[in-house]
Amino acid sequence: MSDMKMAAQAAGLFATYDVPDFFCELLNRKDIPPAGLQQVRDRLACFDLAELRRRAAAVEAQFYRLGITFTVYSDREAIDRVLPFDVIPRVLTAPEWDHVERGVQQRVRAINLFLHDIYHERRILRDGVIPAQLVLGNANYCQAMVGLDVPGGVYVHINGTDLVRDRDGRFLVLEDNARTPSGVSYVLEDRQMMLRLMPDLASGLDLRPVDEYGPRLHRALAEVAPAGVDDPQVVLLSPGIYNAAYFEHVFLAREMGIPLVEGRDLTVEDGRVYMRTVAGLRPVHSIYRRLNDDFLDPEVFNPDSLLGVPGLVDAYRRGNVTLANAIGTGVADDKAVYAYMPRIIRYYLDEEPILTNVETHICAEPEGLAYTLANLEHLVVKPVGESGGYGLLIGPHATQAELEDFRGRLRADPANYISQPVISLSVSPTLCPAGVEARHVDLRPFAVTGRETWVLPGGLSRVALRKGSLVVNSSQGGGAKDTWVLAS
Amino acid sequence: MTQVSVFPTPVLPGLRNLLSRYAESTMWLARYMERIENMARLIEVTGTSVHASNMDAGWDSVIRINADEETFFLRHKVATERTVVGFYITDPDNPDSIVSMARCVRENARVLRPLISTEMWMHLNVFTRWAMDLGPDDVGASYLSTLCTRLKQECQTHFGITEGTLYRDQAWLFYLLGKNLERADQITRLIDIKYHTLLPCGEGVGSDIDLSQWTSVLRSAAAYHAFRRVLPEGMTPAYIVGFLLKNDGFPRSLSTSLRCVYSVLGSLAGEYRLRHCGPILERVEELRVTLAEQTVEDIILRGLHEYMDWIQRELRLIQNEIAGAFWPPVALQVAGNGQ
Repeated sequence: MSDMKMAAQAAGLFATYDVPDFFCELLNRKDIPPAGLQQVRDRLACFDLAELRRRAAAVEAQFYRLGITFTVYSDREAIDRVLPFDVIPRVLTAPEWDHVERGVQQRVRAINLFLHDIYHERRILRDGVIPAQLVLGNANYCQAMVGLDVPGGVYVHINGTDLVRDRDGRFLVLEDNARTPSGVSYVLEDRQMMLRLMPDLASGLDLRPVDEYGPRLHRALAEVAPAGVDDPQVVLLSPGIYNAAYFEHVFLAREMGIPLVEGRDLTVEDGRVYMRTVAGLRPVHSIYRRLNDDFLDPEVFNPDSLLGVPGLVDAYRRGNVTLANAIGTGVADDKAVYAYMPRIIRYYLDEEPILTNVETHICAEPEGLAYTLANLEHLVVKPVGESGGYGLLIGPHATQAELEDFRGRLRADPANYISQPVISLSVSPTLCPAGVEARHVDLRPFAVTGRETWVLPGGLSRVALRKGSLVVNSSQGGGAKDTWVLAS
Repeated sequence: MTQVSVFPTPVLPGLRNLLSRYAESTMWLARYMERIENMARLIEVTGTSVHASNMDAGWDSVIRINADEETFFLRHKVATERTVVGFYITDPDNPDSIVSMARCVRENARVLRPLISTEMWMHLNVFTRWAMDLGPDDVGASYLSTLCTRLKQECQTHFGITEGTLYRDQAWLFYLLGKNLERADQITRLIDIKYHTLLPCGEGVGSDIDLSQWTSVLRSAAAYHAFRRVLPEGMTPAYIVGFLLKNDGFPRSLSTSLRCVYSVLGSLAGEYRLRHCGPILERVEELRVTLAEQTVEDIILRGLHEYMDWIQRELRLIQNEIAGAFWPPVALQVAGNGQ
């Protein structure tokens, strides 16, 4: 194809596409794109805007019928809100994915070794690599886990690593999600939707498939079942139909072919876990729990919780059942511990981190606090305990009054905050009301660990649908894109 | 050629035993959908026959069929088309209204989402959202028939999708149990109330109004043409009652529903070796025998109302025994029971 012709096509759908100077995987890569990616770009450029909107409407209608929904916490009434989906895929090249995959595997390995260590010998604390108080005084450090050996030394069976790309396209880790990361169901559903409604875009491309996730996860959960069980019964423990991620729980249970249970479906007798079936009680060996630590067992944690199973932790401690993820993993994905992750990787693996952290200032440390207070208008400040983009300050977007208010909060409780420079997040072309425009994206790859760690090719690409917004959380006006990983 | 087993057993270990909670929800999903369909039929037929005979009185039979006299008259002074239709379609405070039942269907469908087919869920998702949103503007006299037709068709679509896509294991059997128990209950209510309302007295016997009223009873059970085919000349109340209670070929007759309940319980006991089915099977069998052994004339002579009442009580006991056997209160279940 001649340059002239390409230019003419690029003037089609992308005629008005403007990427100030952000990195854009499709249209502003700062390298020569591989053939597959170029193909996607050319095919997209040929799309007529009206046609693209028709496809988007068809996708939306289909998602509505499917009831693929997300509860928005700040809007209690809107129990069933459809997660907005953008029909323009986000494309990663084979070398890019290779880098991410290796980086994620390395990080998961380090996190599991770290968790084993802090619940056993605590070498890393004695060696002064990370302040003992930060770990042992952490709200997510769980005394019930001390000295407990978990099968295969795996604490984090399912991990989600939030990545962003900066102005140069460099991948940076924004945070780790080692408790109960969500979003993988959208990856699988979005792919199916794309292949059905945009077949002309994907046809002939060598894309890495995503539909292995269910069987892989099931195998991993069976691998970590208590020793001596031949045919382990795996279940998914959900808080129930009113939980924000209930759809995902349903989806994963179906993909794995296992029962979705609630706390009231399980019971513990003599340190063993059973589920209530029409044929009486049946043993359960491995539990993929989508319930936070606090709610798992009212005898050990929150006594008011009706969602959990009395005696579950006792059964777990006796080694009669496996919980995935293990209890007390929140200490590893804490935003304060995050700052030490490069050192944690070097300490256990004697390797340089493949994926680097965003530069992070720990406000619990005097120099970190001083720097943060002095540069607040240039920084993103995050509370370490929260998730989902709540309580966040984005300095450059804040008013003087908001900055002043936040300085007060920082001084009152410095240990609750970390700060990072504002990253010029990469963008991806997105169908917007005014046409195709650049919107910021992030990436959450999912890693599944049984005997080994497998990373689902691609992951969840979240997109901030509001112009200029950096917050991609679905609870704050974010949407999703299908992530395509080119096999070659 | 490779031999392939078409039977669902032996099945994957994870799928073999249905969670008690799923069994319960499956049963109630089927019951509520069946109930919505029956309610739509009843309202449609009442609307039509009332218009034909130019009376407002027919509407209170809807209230009596559902045994809602107390709650209804707390809220409304008189049973008119407007009050009854509002009460049974759009009143969110009435648990028997279409909007309330649609909400229950939705809750159960959400619980069952891991189990039911995607097609089932997609239809129920859209249907329940629509039905839960029904308001006063949707139930005006001129749209009532169209609305009821749509409701019926939605239920039938659901039953069709379910028949065509739901995996045949224990869940399917509990679904059939719920559907047929509900059908059995509904047909006895319909007969009970309509028989007394429409019983010929004095000059009315054999008149056009009388016949059209009975025709409407048959129509509300979708039995009109089947009845005509079997008994072309027999449009008497006794024959009609007999047809609705005892005809083995009619899909909504009491005998057909009980036969299905019996055979489903037999499958649970046999193919799935679920204990506790024995006493329930006996109770259903007892019910079938008493129905088979009596002629409809005997039944009417001894008191149709008392008989219908007894059957409804027995159906409730069957429902309770099923609940006690398969989703017992937590304290009663002990490790190691069952197969």
